[in-house]
Amino acid sequence: MDGTHCLREFAIETTIRVLGFSTIAFVLLIFFFLLREGMPLFFEVPLDNFLGSGWYPTFTLYGVLPLILGSILVTIISILIALPLGVTTAVFVREVAPAWAREILKPVIEVLAGIPSVVLGFFGMTLLAPFMRETLDLPTGLTAFTGALVLAYMALPTIISVAEDALDAVPKSYRDAALAMGATQWQMIWRVVVPAARSGILIAVMLGMGRAIGETMAVIMITGNAARLPLSLDSLFRPVRTMTATIAAEMGEVANGSTHYHVLFGVGLILFVLTFIINLAAAPAILQKRRGGGLR
Amino acid sequence: MAIGLFGDACHLTSQVLVLALFLLLGACSSSQISSDAIPAASVQVIQNKGSDTIVNLALAWAEAYVKTHPDIRISVTGGGSGTGLAAMINGTVDIANASREMKPEEYAAARANGQNPTEFIVARDAIAIVVHPTNPVNGLTLQQVSEIYTGKITNWRQVGGKDSPIVLLSRESNSGTYTYMLENVIRMGESKSKLLFSPETLLMPSSEGISTEVRHNPHTIGYDGLGYVTTDQKVLGVARDANSPYVQPSAATVNSGAYPISRPLYMYTAQPPSGKVKELMNWILSEGQILVSELGFVPLH
Repeated sequence: MDGTHCLREFAIETTIRVLGFSTIAFVLLIFFFLLREGMPLFFEVPLDNFLGSGWYPTFTLYGVLPLILGSILVTIISILIALPLGVTTAVFVREVAPAWAREILKPVIEVLAGIPSVVLGFFGMTLLAPFMRETLDLPTGLTAFTGALVLAYMALPTIISVAEDALDAVPKSYRDAALAMGATQWQMIWRVVVPAARSGILIAVMLGMGRAIGETMAVIMITGNAARLPLSLDSLFRPVRTMTATIAAEMGEVANGSTHYHVLFGVGLILFVLTFIINLAAAPAILQKRRGGGLR
Repeated sequence: MAIGLFGDACHLTSQVLVLALFLLLGACSSSQISSDAIPAASVQVIQNKGSDTIVNLALAWAEAYVKTHPDIRISVTGGGSGTGLAAMINGTVDIANASREMKPEEYAAARANGQNPTEFIVARDAIAIVVHPTNPVNGLTLQQVSEIYTGKITNWRQVGGKDSPIVLLSRESNSGTYTYMLENVIRMGESKSKLLFSPETLLMPSSEGISTEVRHNPHTIGYDGLGYVTTDQKVLGVARDANSPYVQPSAATVNSGAYPISRPLYMYTAQPPSGKVKELMNWILSEGQILVSELGFVPLH
């Protein structure tokens, strides 16, 4: 009896400890690996080349500016689309929908999160892109906006689930108080519940952004991958090339240890730092939420 | 007393567990050794990897060859010319397929590994310039194709078509087809030329990406290996210069040299081949050539 009990305890404790520490170790290892593989680029590529506007890696032009701006453009637009849709859906599911509708909606939203990005990419390439080209009369439908639409769709389940949890955590006493003071349901939702859940909603947005900036497969299939500087006004409706698409498309063929190889790791490093900044920006909100706790 | 017993039991069980782990590891490593010790079966596996342009042809060769040579298995994978050559240099494949010549730095890397790469031209490929079937343009000169892809010509009207913008499609920059197109069409073979693809060029991750967009979008111009052009795309005739006739790509026009955009396809081995690999290469260069034309490429003779 004692023996089996101990055995289980030992095994479980060790497993949890190893897993816990390994997550931290993996993140650190990834960072140091990126650093080790990416750092040589600063010795091999002059800074004005690296920060230039021409991305022709096969001809020693390594300007990453179009890639960084491309990623940022697509990510920001996708969040601008997904945020209102996601928050209103979360409000509907948590606050307005009758119980039976919630029972259907919640699992369906979770299923959305499980659609592989390559399927969405194929859908975007064969249906959405031609549709956008015809309706908006664009030269091509493979644009930043088409990519942002699909990314918004991919970020939605994350935003809805996390925002819904945040709404759920708003204490019942807040709602009761609002209603007792004569607020309508609408006023209660928009003036009390949503503002009270804002830190959780911010976390939802940050997680959605993380999803959008790191997405690769759908982006590579839909955004056209033209490394142009997206600075003109119509850039949203022109092709862009993102950092993730660049790494995915080029890493497979690059000679190990070449300048191009180091530059791709440098791009990965920039991507890592950007995601880190996004997460860091969300950190105060996360801490605030923990402290807030509150009654149910 | 009870605590002491508990502690002892715990200590014992953890020791048992650690022992079991070691036994398990031991079992794993010993099984590995034994499988290595078994001599390779009489079936020899030839690893073949590289250019996506050649992969279908290499597969067809492999299938036909193993039918008459049951003692050989050939594994064919794509991934690109660079990937295949890198794998050959690293010693993981026997034959690398490439749609471009091996670069000097790749030769250097191979020599550093004690290799002596051997080159075979196994077929010829022509690059077809494709547009949407409704595009009224029938032919372009090399100069016009170059100016279109560098962004000098941006409207189909400038080359005798409708008044609509030109959408440029290309393969990714690591594809052998891209490099070939750049050096021989955009720079028109001039090594001093610094011309590049326009930054507006859409880089598609695959031949399929190009054919899908060409099929759907009437503004596009694309290029790809003749073997990958489907019947729902319109193939343009290409003229060497303004005084030459527009020539449609075909086996006859490529071999006669009349079609201006064609290239050899290569296979590389790390050493001058011997044994089974040599037999295979000889077969590819003789009987294997029958399959080349069936796949839309151009046989050597």
